[in-house]
Amino acid sequence: MPAMKKFFQSDGLSRLVDSLLPIFATLAALLLGAVMLFLLKVNPIEAYKALWDGAFGSTNAFAETLVKATPLLLVGLGICISFRGDVINIGGEGQMIIGAILATWVGLTFTGLPGWLVVTLSMIAGFLGGAIWGGIPGVLKAYFSVNEILSTVMMNAIAVQLMNFLLRGPMIDPSQAELSSKIPQTARLLEIFRLPRLAPTRLHLGALIAVALAVLVYILLWRTTLGYRIRAVGQNPHASRYAGIKVQRYIVLALLLSGAFSGLAGATQVFGVNYRMITDGSSSGFTGSAGFNGIVAALFGQLHPIMTIPASILFGALLVGANKMQRVVQVPSALVIALNGLVVVFVVSIEFLRRRRQRRRLAAAKQNDESPPSPEPLKQLETGT
Amino acid sequence: MDFTIILQAGIASGTVLLFATIGELFSERAGVLNLGVEGMMLVGAMSAFSTTIATGNPWLGVMTAMLFAGIISQIHAYIVITLQADQVVSGLSLTFLGTGISLVLGEGLSKAGTVSLLPNFSIPLLAQIPILGKIFFTDQSILVYVGYLLVPLAWFYINRTRPGLHLRAVGEYPSAADALGINVFRMRYFYVFVGGMLAGLAGATISLAVSPGWFSELTTGGQGWIAIGLVIFAQWDPIRAAVGAYAFGALRRLILDIQGPLLLLGFDNPFYYNPYLGFFLQMLPYLFTVVVLVIGSREAMRKRIGAPAALGNPYIRGERGK
Repeated sequence: MPAMKKFFQSDGLSRLVDSLLPIFATLAALLLGAVMLFLLKVNPIEAYKALWDGAFGSTNAFAETLVKATPLLLVGLGICISFRGDVINIGGEGQMIIGAILATWVGLTFTGLPGWLVVTLSMIAGFLGGAIWGGIPGVLKAYFSVNEILSTVMMNAIAVQLMNFLLRGPMIDPSQAELSSKIPQTARLLEIFRLPRLAPTRLHLGALIAVALAVLVYILLWRTTLGYRIRAVGQNPHASRYAGIKVQRYIVLALLLSGAFSGLAGATQVFGVNYRMITDGSSSGFTGSAGFNGIVAALFGQLHPIMTIPASILFGALLVGANKMQRVVQVPSALVIALNGLVVVFVVSIEFLRRRRQRRRLAAAKQNDESPPSPEPLKQLETGT
Repeated sequence: MDFTIILQAGIASGTVLLFATIGELFSERAGVLNLGVEGMMLVGAMSAFSTTIATGNPWLGVMTAMLFAGIISQIHAYIVITLQADQVVSGLSLTFLGTGISLVLGEGLSKAGTVSLLPNFSIPLLAQIPILGKIFFTDQSILVYVGYLLVPLAWFYINRTRPGLHLRAVGEYPSAADALGINVFRMRYFYVFVGGMLAGLAGATISLAVSPGWFSELTTGGQGWIAIGLVIFAQWDPIRAAVGAYAFGALRRLILDIQGPLLLLGFDNPFYYNPYLGFFLQMLPYLFTVVVLVIGSREAMRKRIGAPAALGNPYIRGERGK
């Protein structure tokens, strides 16, 4: 059947074009960013060169990029799970904070235990803390039909106040409590409790953990019953219910797991980077907005855990490079927030192109008499948001 | 602690939520969910403040805020109406985009000093009414009075006029509306624009009237998200939206003011003597929103009313069942 063969070949080519679409989206966003830079009376080429140097210019710069990418990837993995289950988790910030608080508490309390044990327990505590903070909106959605987008945003604000209270009150660094300045921070973790560094840079074990977890999440979503059910509920809750899946339980699970990964991201920030929790009163002061940017990274990675790895590195690079850009050409680094928004705008817009191309391929396949049952509807189950 | 003064200030800060909520209500009634309210409000607050600094004319500031936020909203409109992309993701990216743009353009604005604000005045006669006159009609910003007018007008427009009927049709049953010759796409673009303009007005209300100035993303402090929650609580009705917005405004003021005095109703004020309690007070609006959502969602479910049937769905001509 030469026609069929030809169809598959062209299909492979279009798939390739499809997978390159996010790159075009980034380029389009950078182009618009260049226009913005130009309007701010800055030479865009100079600015982007500073951005590139800041992110990839040296071993240290690249390590910093990876350090920034680690929480993005962890949060992004959670986002892959929840968005696949058609549950929108905007609560990464709050889940990171609660995860970090629980992990820090473990690290500061069990000072008599061996290092590896405390680190392991702390990571588990972070995982659980995030799971609780994600699970609450999950229960509210599943059993009280409360919109999870709003409840997770509210949970962020609640977590920030809880952090501000704890770091000024019960968990404050004892040495700060005596000073009049009273910087809201916890005591420093013991050196043996820190996540080991991988090179003479700030890169820490958390990055490897995150990559390993990306593979695990892939297996979870596509090779286990749990993952299949989460995706099935996300695709069609009614059909899932008829198939005997307890839809509400999987909604809760999707948010709970999603929160857990964000909680872990918070824990690795404390144990791998800062070695203590410190607050400036806002959530981004602790998280660096990773709870939001992780969403951007996951969407850019088309909600695929493995694709989210390069996506996180890209956004980590943008964040690190933006600081250098701010120093060199005096543009506010907040420009990167706008750039991130633009990238997502283009990625979602390009979804439209992808769908149209898919429809055309289907139409072309239908015209072929001997066309095989098209794989496209299945493909949609994998890529649909 | 004088409660009428707190309520008076609460009405003013509730006006911010009111504009944002009514704006989102229009957009959602046309079937388009716009999660970018927070970003549009920031753009509005920033452009209102910077325009007023540059020109000295706060009215120009209000105009610019509404126009700029309206234009930003059209990005979302294009993506979800024409490109039929996911409304949730697009709305989120609008929040990122609006936040980023306002932070970049607003860099240094917080040190720019004071500006001439919108006028405050009392309404003669109405201000004489005991208690209520003091709360609602004494020394309020002109935008507060605009808010009073907007609520009944919005209700009348949506429920009693022909264009309002078309608006509801587009949100409930777009294909039927299309068959009747209503341009679904144009209507949706228009009401997303209205929503954007009102969100911009809400931002301008903050930076030019309620708490003047530019404090980067703390200017709005999550009020855009609360507004989206209020739309659900209001079950897409402007009158209920107003009640919710003013109640929330009053709550926000109360939380700010309750920490000041030494004595509270004759007792030692616990919030003064233990400042840590303040953090829990500041959680209240958000906890309250969650509670409101639980109540609102259950009620909406039970009555099977409220949410426009086509909310969140792109309209695709010739496709069944949408």
